[in-house]
Amino acid sequence: MSIFAGQSKLMIFLDFEKPIQELYQELEKLQEIQEKGKSDVSASIAALEKQILEEKTKLYTGLTGWQKVQVSRHMERPYTLYYVNQMCSDFMELYGDRNIRDDKAIVGGFASLEGRTVMFIGHQKGINTKMRQYRNFGMANPEGYRKALRLMKMAEKFNKPIVTFIDTPGAYPGIEGEERGQAEAIARNIRDMFMLKVPVICIIVGEGASGGAIGIGVGDRVFMLANTWYSVISPESCSSILWRSWDYKETAAEALKLTADHMLANGLIDGIIEEPIGGAHAEPEAMAAILKAKLISTLDELEKQTPDARITSRIDKFCRMGVINE
Amino acid sequence: MAWFKRSTAGVTTTTEEKKEVPDGLWFKCPSCKKSQMTKDLKLNKYVCVHCNYHARIGSVEYFELLFDENQFTELDADMTAADPLKFTDTKPYDARLKATIAKTGLKDAIRTAYGNVEGEEVVVACMDFDFIGGSMGSVVGEKIARAIDTARARKSPMLIISKSGGARMMEAAYSLMQMAKTSAKLALLAEEKVPYVSLMTDPTTGGVTASFAMLGDFNIAEPNALIGFAGPRVIKETIKKDLPKGFQSAEMVLESGFLDFIVDRRELKAKLAQLFRLLKN
Repeated sequence: MSIFAGQSKLMIFLDFEKPIQELYQELEKLQEIQEKGKSDVSASIAALEKQILEEKTKLYTGLTGWQKVQVSRHMERPYTLYYVNQMCSDFMELYGDRNIRDDKAIVGGFASLEGRTVMFIGHQKGINTKMRQYRNFGMANPEGYRKALRLMKMAEKFNKPIVTFIDTPGAYPGIEGEERGQAEAIARNIRDMFMLKVPVICIIVGEGASGGAIGIGVGDRVFMLANTWYSVISPESCSSILWRSWDYKETAAEALKLTADHMLANGLIDGIIEEPIGGAHAEPEAMAAILKAKLISTLDELEKQTPDARITSRIDKFCRMGVINE
Repeated sequence: MAWFKRSTAGVTTTTEEKKEVPDGLWFKCPSCKKSQMTKDLKLNKYVCVHCNYHARIGSVEYFELLFDENQFTELDADMTAADPLKFTDTKPYDARLKATIAKTGLKDAIRTAYGNVEGEEVVVACMDFDFIGGSMGSVVGEKIARAIDTARARKSPMLIISKSGGARMMEAAYSLMQMAKTSAKLALLAEEKVPYVSLMTDPTTGGVTASFAMLGDFNIAEPNALIGFAGPRVIKETIKKDLPKGFQSAEMVLESGFLDFIVDRRELKAKLAQLFRLLKN
């Protein structure tokens, strides 16, 4: 069985992936011929597979800001629950903010990462149309942020490290959310995360949009997957506000310097986690394995520090961010 | 026959002449549309003498309203914004900054100072909406952080007066991280048990609300101020429905349970002094 058994008709291609899409279609035709057994085209298949890999590598090494934004939103990208279930055993999801309701856009719970109990918290998007609505497209309300904080404090109480997965187009801008204090919930999370006595690792696994992202994004280490973005606003909204038109999203994506490389170069994150060729969605299992190894090594490192030292360096790190003239 | 003839068509009033609190003789209230002498408005603490509308004012006016004899020590007065991302939208950020500094006479969207309020020292950080919509970039974040350090060192209460459209897009993720920086410093201030009052004025939205503005030991607001996370236009576009009357007004935010009280600007100084006195004695 070929590693390219994923059929092109079922795969979702982004606009800039057109060249690969065509190669996949060709490959499929060859595979059909091979299966019918009339003639042996295995040599051509192998050559084409090699070509696809080369093309993909080429395409994915030079992605623009906007293209990375597109990859970060790919409908087949793995989300929090996938990663937790793939990396861990014994995942026990915990619901509710103990106040209003359970927010489906943020999930959390304890799981065992190679024998170590970790509190995982993350945005969750849906995997099909119905589920996307159920998850509110990964846009949490205040109760989502409050559930997250409740679980973080619980982790602190039982001395378990915290890992958050960030993937949101933003905190939900709705009437009820405002009435229940969206801003207050996010502000409180940011402040209280600084004081958590246990190690905190935050990873942008998809979209890192503004307050909705940083509301679970204060950690000893903040990493970004290679094809994700993190900024104060989405390129579309930035275009609409600053250019007063939706047509400048590509320009805005460049101007905002929202990709992982820029964020690392500007000292605003602690590291980049590489994705498999073709993006996390192309090989989710491989992505989960990379992520798992990174989490284990980082937790080992962080657990060597005392809680006070971690808190101090967490605060100092964020307080150094910013560029001014004086 | 008319006495006067319009010589040029259209509205010829320039933006400067339209300023809410002009240096001119007359002020027309944007709420009740009635006019009054500017000096009367000023004597009334920039509150409309007819309808109690709180005119939008900046740090110069607030410092004058709060500090005894307008005496204060300003902190980091010369700090200005850099342009780390070389950001350009319809205009380079750098040029926008220079033009705004020239136009407003301000260095950025906040000024910080300490001085006495009814005889007791208070550290005050006050935002200026005239400077790129009171947006928070690195300067706002850093000045607030240092003002909080000053409050911690001097054990003086901290007051932040917010008036902002949110984060400054031209500093992108740097702006976002100011939410974290200011909140971190407030966590440290809380450890010292130094009181922090957050005064939200019209408007307080976005990343400012979602960080230091909502983190007061006391969250207070001026009457009728717009306070929210998302702006009303964004919410309207998202839910595709009209917003209820008074939505995101200070009065509504108080009813929702997120404000300790609403304070008329004419009583602000006395109320703050009363609060700090209660905490001290």
